[in-house]
Amino acid sequence: MAGLNLSAVSDDDDDNDQDDHPVLSAAAVAAAARSTLRPPSLQTLLEDMPDPAAVPHTSSSGGDSEEKSKSADKSSRSRKLKHDVIEAVNELIEDIDTCHEQIAEQAVEHIHHNEVILTLGSSRTVLEFLYAAKEKKRSFRVFVAEGAPRYQGHLLAKELVARGLQTTLITDSAVFAMISRVNMVIVGAHAVMANGGVIAPVGLNMVALAAQRHAVPFVVLAGSHKLCPLYPHNPEVLLNELRSPSELLDFGEFSDCMDFGSGSGSPLIHVVNPTFDYVPPKLVSLFITDTGGHNPSYMYRLIADYYSADDLVLQRKAAASN
Amino acid sequence: MGAPKKSAAAAAAARVSDDPEELARVPLQAVLLADSFTTKFRPITLERPKVLLPLVNVPMIEYTLAWLESAGVEEVFVFCCAHAKQVINYLESSQWFSQPKFSVTTIESHNSVSAGDALRFIYERNVIHGDFILISGDTVSNMSLTRVLQEHKERRKKDSNAVMTMVIKRSKLSPVTQQSRLGTDELFMAIDPDTKQLLYYEENTNHLKATLSLDKMLLIDNSSIRLHNDMQDCFIDICSPEVLSLFTDNFDYQHLRRHFVKGLLVDDIMGYKIYTHEIHSSYAARVDNYRAYDTISKDIIQRWTYPLVPDVLLLGNSTTKLERVGMYRASEIVQSRSAQIGPLTVIGTGTRIGDNTKISNSVIGKGCDIGSNVLIEGCHIWDNVTIEDGCQLRHSIVCDGVVMKSGAVLSPGVVLSFKVVIGQNFTAPAYSKVSLLPQPIKQDSDEELEYADNNSDVETSCAPDNMNGELTSELSEIQGSATSELGCGGVGYIWSICEGASEEEWRHSIAPISAEKLAELTQTTDDDLEFSNQDGNAPASSGELRSDALSDSEDDDEDTKNDSAYFEKEVEATFLRAVHENVQVDHVILEVNSLKLSCNMEFSACAGAIFYSMMKLALETPHKTTDELSRAVLNIFNSWHRLLKSYLSGKDEEIEVILKFEEMCSESAKELSPLFTQILHHLYDKELISEDAILGWEFEKQGAEESDRVFVRQAENFLQWLKEASEED
Repeated sequence: MAGLNLSAVSDDDDDNDQDDHPVLSAAAVAAAARSTLRPPSLQTLLEDMPDPAAVPHTSSSGGDSEEKSKSADKSSRSRKLKHDVIEAVNELIEDIDTCHEQIAEQAVEHIHHNEVILTLGSSRTVLEFLYAAKEKKRSFRVFVAEGAPRYQGHLLAKELVARGLQTTLITDSAVFAMISRVNMVIVGAHAVMANGGVIAPVGLNMVALAAQRHAVPFVVLAGSHKLCPLYPHNPEVLLNELRSPSELLDFGEFSDCMDFGSGSGSPLIHVVNPTFDYVPPKLVSLFITDTGGHNPSYMYRLIADYYSADDLVLQRKAAASN
Repeated sequence: MGAPKKSAAAAAAARVSDDPEELARVPLQAVLLADSFTTKFRPITLERPKVLLPLVNVPMIEYTLAWLESAGVEEVFVFCCAHAKQVINYLESSQWFSQPKFSVTTIESHNSVSAGDALRFIYERNVIHGDFILISGDTVSNMSLTRVLQEHKERRKKDSNAVMTMVIKRSKLSPVTQQSRLGTDELFMAIDPDTKQLLYYEENTNHLKATLSLDKMLLIDNSSIRLHNDMQDCFIDICSPEVLSLFTDNFDYQHLRRHFVKGLLVDDIMGYKIYTHEIHSSYAARVDNYRAYDTISKDIIQRWTYPLVPDVLLLGNSTTKLERVGMYRASEIVQSRSAQIGPLTVIGTGTRIGDNTKISNSVIGKGCDIGSNVLIEGCHIWDNVTIEDGCQLRHSIVCDGVVMKSGAVLSPGVVLSFKVVIGQNFTAPAYSKVSLLPQPIKQDSDEELEYADNNSDVETSCAPDNMNGELTSELSEIQGSATSELGCGGVGYIWSICEGASEEEWRHSIAPISAEKLAELTQTTDDDLEFSNQDGNAPASSGELRSDALSDSEDDDEDTKNDSAYFEKEVEATFLRAVHENVQVDHVILEVNSLKLSCNMEFSACAGAIFYSMMKLALETPHKTTDELSRAVLNIFNSWHRLLKSYLSGKDEEIEVILKFEEMCSESAKELSPLFTQILHHLYDKELISEDAILGWEFEKQGAEESDRVFVRQAENFLQWLKEASEED
């Protein structure tokens, strides 16, 4: 357990040792029940170690003499574990770095000649994806919705034009008018929830609804690092970030509306500036991750490969102790 | 990884400090004044320093420090004065002393009574080495310093006299009350639209005054100026090290704006310049008074200060969550099912709320106990407050540990200081301030005393916070009648407010201005407008420059003529005073000299003016015949010849005197004309006027018209005699 304590994954204090024992064994049982074919994850890595099951016995029994006799053995084991964990983390970092390419490789399969693609806001994954299709000599047009109030779409349009793609910039409110001409909506995401719902830049839910109305495929590009093991129970509030109203309106111009010195003293104007939108899974046609295309209903399965219930417990405790 | 929220604070911090590497070359320093040197927050500040007062449940200094850290400042010097121990203890228990790359140093002083003293003190410590940010500990901001620092540095490279950059933000005035939303007075600024140089800075404290006068030099020196009355001074200044030495050089600078900024703007000898930087999307404001406290709290709740908002700015272990319609709730709240918590409300950890209680637009601190059927509207309730059943609180500030017995009512604008107990069913009158400490004994305080009082110790401090110099006299009359018990079982003193002060009280109180007051003000403003329109002037609100305010750039001749007439009058007055009060000649000379300097006159003009006043005096002494007049003149010459002599240093001045005399004889004092030669002779005898000068005068007059030569002919004999005398020599 000492090794675990040092590692990056479980930074909890010693009093959890008793708790960890049953949890770990339960996880081991669950792991055994699972299929053996799955991508490398930290959880599987730790489970593959023969030692962790033994370590809790020593620490929970708490005998000093036993501790000493096994200390040399333990340190070598913990060093090995540490090494493996670091390696796994490095692998993950590499995965994140290369996920754009892996996703972009699949571009040709999805984008065809003379198609019209709509996107909203800016996403590096989307940029690489579109560029990869262009590289493969596909000719198509891109509609970029500007993504108010941060107008990231402007940046994307600039990048796309710099790379020689035919680009049209539209306002967010023009999306519904344009959607009938669009063959496919391709967007990036901030996070993919365990139920297949998407946390995305604000405005995307509207785009998804428009796409559904016109039966246009709504495709979300997400690297596997964007998978999130949480379920959105109250997405509007719990998983959103309300930013400053100054992005929406000019403080100086509206300062007289916010004079609390007159009237009832309660503000009459209330500006809501959410950063994210929640797109429910039923509006998403396809997820394209670095491991290939998936249905929204399959996301929980994918997430289970990266996160186990055990990881979650440790992560929550860490968050609480901060 | 999964939760996008987790990274928000970090991302936001990164947004604020766009490029810390670039600024890191010289460690960026900041001076944080943890003392406002005013008494606006009395009586609360008698027990706790202003910077530690909670603003939306977080001490104000936290906002300032969090901003400084995120803006890439590396060294902060916290200047503590009033309640220095409390500030230092707070900082020691906070996380600020243990931050990597962000050092906080406290500087303690006990005898500083103003911001000027503080900066002089810091200068003596010699800790500031480069450009620094001068900020007071009650400022809330989320602006990025990168651009303003860059602008400041670039200007400094071109012009080493650009010593300061002031941050300003647009904020409109209320057209009715003529005050900003932060409760501060109307502020006029003249700014050069191209260079952004600040040319004029004036706070208009007289709310009815509709005129503004600018120096005409402003218009001569600058091709264009823009006049603002919709700018809010954020009290964030980027200063060069010279600012500190300027404060040391000018030991009478006390107030940063009233003395320092105005001093630099007026002083054109050193040529120091102040520039402005307007921020648009970011927020900055200073808690200056109770109204600003309320307004900024609401801005924070409405997230204008993002990321410095309650759910991101964590303090201690409590996590606050933002729920629908801008309601923030910390963990571990016990809330009755029937309690109604309205919009824009913040509730702190461990607070208990009873049945049927209604709360809206309010901030409630940690560990409060609120009973049933309580109404709380627009209040700021701090930590560990007990409010029993049936209380009603409207637009009030309730400090730590206050107990409100059942049925107590707080009218709008009430401030309850620490641990006050309000008795059962007691109604606190509007705008009253209640404290456990008795109101300090009043004394005559005027504008200057404000500084002296501000910083004295708790026990000895005087000057109640609610008075301006003009109201003092009225205050003392009503003294004594106000201290009363706070109902049954109440503990505390009500600080007296007199009729006169309550007139101003509503401006700075946290309560919104009542409808009647607004109607009254609208009426006055309308009347004023009508009045000024009748006068043919532009209405005050239009911001146009009134023509007569600037018309003094007219003819220069007109000006000089007026100037010399004014000068003559002044000299005459000085001289007469000297005669009547037997002032020594030396002193008169000194006075005339200073007049000469202030009016920018020549010595000859002085001589002329003095001679003129002498003659005038002689004329005014009672006389019947010309003989008597002549004797009077002689007497005056006898006693004052030294004064005149000191200005007659050469021939030119002497000729000027003769010309002046001639002018008098022919115009203003015809009585003297028969005596012209006689007096000229006297002057010659007293060696006031030399032979050369007289001959020079004659020579000058040779070409003149016959009518001008009357006195030359009159003095012909004398002139003849002079010429002969010189030939004989």
